[in-house]
Amino acid sequence: MARLLHYAAHPSPRTSTANSAMLSRIRGLEGITSLDLYAEYPRYDIDIEDEQQRLLAHDVIVLQFPLFWYSCPALVKEWLDLVWEHGFAYGQGGDRLKGKLLMLAVTTGGPQEAYGAEGYQHYELRTFLTPFEQAARLAQMRFLAPYVLHGALKTEPEAHALGFLRLMTALRDERLDLRAAESADILTHDTLPLMGIN
Amino acid sequence: MSDFLLLAFLFLIAGVAAVPIATALGLGSVLGYLIAGIALSPILLLLEVDVVSIQHFAEFGVVMMLFLVGLELEPKRLWEMRNRLLGLGGLQVGLTAALIAGVLIAFQMDWRIAVAVGLILAMSSTAIVLQTLAEKGLLRGDGGQASFSVLLFQDIAVIPILALVPLLAIPGAHHAGAEDGHGAGMSLVADLAGWQAALVTAGAIAVVIAGGMFLTRPLFRYIAKARLREIFVATALMFVVGIALLMTLVGLSPALGTFLAGVVLANSEYRHELESDIDPFRGLLLGLFFMTVGAAIDFQMLWDDLFPILGLTLAVIGAKALVLLVLARVFALRGSEKFLFGLGLAQAGEFGFVLTSFAVSNLVLPEDMAPRLNLIITLSMMLTPGLFILYERVIRPAFDRPVEREDDEITEKGTAIIAGHGRFGGIVNRMLLAAGYKTTVLDHSAAQLDMLRVFGFNVYYGDASRPDLLHAAGIEEAKLLVVAIDDPAQAVAIVHHVTQNHPHVHIIARARDRHHVYQLYNAGCRDVIRETFDSSVRAGRSAYEALGMHPFEAERLARSFVKADRHALYELAQVWDPEIPETQNPAYVQKVREMNEVMEPGAALGAFRERHERGWTPPSPQDTESDRQRIEAARDGA
Repeated sequence: MARLLHYAAHPSPRTSTANSAMLSRIRGLEGITSLDLYAEYPRYDIDIEDEQQRLLAHDVIVLQFPLFWYSCPALVKEWLDLVWEHGFAYGQGGDRLKGKLLMLAVTTGGPQEAYGAEGYQHYELRTFLTPFEQAARLAQMRFLAPYVLHGALKTEPEAHALGFLRLMTALRDERLDLRAAESADILTHDTLPLMGIN
Repeated sequence: MSDFLLLAFLFLIAGVAAVPIATALGLGSVLGYLIAGIALSPILLLLEVDVVSIQHFAEFGVVMMLFLVGLELEPKRLWEMRNRLLGLGGLQVGLTAALIAGVLIAFQMDWRIAVAVGLILAMSSTAIVLQTLAEKGLLRGDGGQASFSVLLFQDIAVIPILALVPLLAIPGAHHAGAEDGHGAGMSLVADLAGWQAALVTAGAIAVVIAGGMFLTRPLFRYIAKARLREIFVATALMFVVGIALLMTLVGLSPALGTFLAGVVLANSEYRHELESDIDPFRGLLLGLFFMTVGAAIDFQMLWDDLFPILGLTLAVIGAKALVLLVLARVFALRGSEKFLFGLGLAQAGEFGFVLTSFAVSNLVLPEDMAPRLNLIITLSMMLTPGLFILYERVIRPAFDRPVEREDDEITEKGTAIIAGHGRFGGIVNRMLLAAGYKTTVLDHSAAQLDMLRVFGFNVYYGDASRPDLLHAAGIEEAKLLVVAIDDPAQAVAIVHHVTQNHPHVHIIARARDRHHVYQLYNAGCRDVIRETFDSSVRAGRSAYEALGMHPFEAERLARSFVKADRHALYELAQVWDPEIPETQNPAYVQKVREMNEVMEPGAALGAFRERHERGWTPPSPQDTESDRQRIEAARDGA
C-alpha cells in the first residue's frame, strides 16, 4: 500500500459542483490522508513544519483544484511557495521529496476542444500545468498525467467523481500503471490505466 | 498674613508677566525671572523685605532640581561619569580658583583674601545652568553632561571649602560671629570627635541610599493604594525635605543627598510620578530664587562704580571661560559642545553668596568687600542667559553641519508610551516588546506594577491622564501613544490633550463601545480600536463554522462584516455631534437608516453581501460560449 496524501483546494466550495463531488466521494476512504486546504488554512497561516512532515510521511501527493485563470487557486500557490523550501524540496540538500509521485486533479470551465492550437484557449492544458511539472522535476519527483474534467460547469460530475475514487483507490493499492500514467497526456474517468481487477 | 499674601502676589505677578514674554522672545525663562526680580526690587525695597532670606528659602529649589536630575541618572551612568566628575570638576574648581587668586595677588592683594575670592568665584550657578540646559534640551548632550559633572562636583566641593575658609582667617583678627548662611543651626556632628563625625556622616549617606533602595518602594506602594494624589505629593515632598534635613544635620550638602536619593530611585517604577510631583515645586522655588537674584542687585552701588564693577564681572567671566575652554579641549569635547561647556559655566553662582557671607563672618574677607563681590556674582549670573543665546544663535549654527549625529544613547524613554497595562494594554506591550520596540508603560495599579516589575517590564506608577506625567514619560520624543486605560472619559481627555499639544504622536485608543468611538474620534484620534470588537467577530466566525459553514467562507464573511461595520462606524463618527443626542441628530438618524437597509439579510446590493458574494463565482455556460464565439470569430476573420 502506498501512503497517499490528497489536498483539495477550492476557495468557494458552496459554488463548486465537480470538486465538491470528488471530495465527498473519497471522504472517509481508508488509508489515505485527505485535506481541504482552504478549511485547514482559512487565514493563510500555513504551518510550514507541519506541512513538510506531512509530505515526508507520504509517497503519493495529489493536488486537486479548479483551474482559475490558467493556474491554481491562490492558496495552493502559497502552500507551494512556503512548504517546498530550498533545502527541502530543491537546492542544496533539497532532496526530501525525491522519488515521490505528484499528480494533479484539475477541472476546467472550457470544453476539451478549447484547449489546443485550434481552440479558443489557444494552448494545450498541459502547457498551463508546466509549472507543476517542472516543480516535480526539480524536486526529483515523478509527475503523472493530470486527472481532468473539462467543461466542469455544464457536465454532471458523478462519473468523474466515481473515476476519481477509482483512481485514488488504485494509487493507494499500487494498481495504477505508472508508466502509462506518466506517458499519457491527460487522464479521464474512462481512460484510467488500471492494473488487475477493475 | 496679609504681608505674606502681598509678597506672594507680587512675586507671582512679576513672574507671570515677565517669563512668558522672555520665553516667547527665545531668551529663556531664567532671564525672564531675573528681569522680573529687577522690576520688583524698588517695591521690595519700599516694603523693607529681606530679599536675602527669601533667597535662602528659594535655594531649596536647587535641592529639588538635583533630586530630579538624580532621577534621570541611573547608578550605572553615575559610575561611568566618575572620571569627569572628579577630573573635570576638580580641575575646574582648582584651576579657576588658582587663576583668579593669582591675578589678585599680582594686584597686591593679601594671598588669603585672594584664595578665598578665587574659591568663591570658582563656583558656578547650578540653578541657572541646569534650568537653562534642561529647558533648551541640552542636558543630554556631551557638553551638557560635562557641565552637569562640574556642577555636581562644585556642590560636593562646597563642604570642604566651608571647612577650609576659616583657616584662611587673617591672623590676629578676632574669631567672631557664629557660622552663618550654610545650613541650619543644629548639628549632629558639631560636638563629636573627627572619626565619630566621619562615622555619623557616612552613616547618614548609607541611610539615604539604603532607604531609597529598600524603604521607598513599600512606602510608595502603600501610599499609592490610598489613591490620593495630594498624599502622594506630600510623601514625595516629605522624602526630599527629610533627606535635605538629614544632610544638613551631618554637615553635608542637602543637594548632594537628594541627588543620591534620586539616583537610587532612577530605576524605580515611581520615578515618573515623583518627577512630576516634585517638578512644580522645583519650578516655583527656582523661579523665586532667580527673582531674588534680580531683586538683590544694589543699583546704587552699581551706578556709583559702574565701570570698575562691569569690568571686573567681565574679567571673571573671561577667566572662568578660559579655564573651561582649556579643560574642554583636554577632555576632548567636540565642536560646539566645547563652547556650550565653556560659556555655560562661566558665571559665578549662588554658592558664592553663601561662601561670601561665611568668609566675612570668619573674618577672612573684609566686610566692605562682600557687597561688591555679591554684585559681581549677581551680574555674572544676569549675563549668563546672554551667553546661552550667543551659543545658540551664533556658535552652534557655525558648527552644525548636517553630518550624521549620534543618537542620544542616554535616552531610555520608549518610542511607545502605553497608558494602562491591564488586559488590553498588556497585550499591546508584550507584542511591541516581542518585536524589539522600547516601551514606557504607565499604570496606576500598584499591585499590577509589582507583578510586572518582577517579570522585568519597564513600567511606572502614575495616572496617565495627567499631562505632566505624560511629559515625564517622554511624550515629546515618543512616536506612539497607546491609550488603554479603563476610564472612558479620561481616555478622551488624554486623546484630546495629546492631539492638541503633541500632534506628532500617533495615538491608538481603546474604545469601550460605539459611543466611546465617536468621542475618541471627535477628540482627534484616528486609530480607534473597540476593545471587544475583534473577539466578538471571532466568536461570530466560530458560530458560522459551528453551523456548518466552510472555514474559509466563514473567514471571508467575517472579514466583510468587519469592513462594512467599520465603514459604517466611520461614517457615523463623522456626523456624530457631542452636543446633540444621537436620536435628535438628523444626519445621524439618516445614516443609520441607510445602513440598516443595506445590512438587511435580503438586501442584494448591501456592501456586506456584495463583497462576500463576489468571490469566485463561476462563469455561466453563456459566458464560456460567448468567449468561444468572440475568439473564433476574430480568428476566422483574420
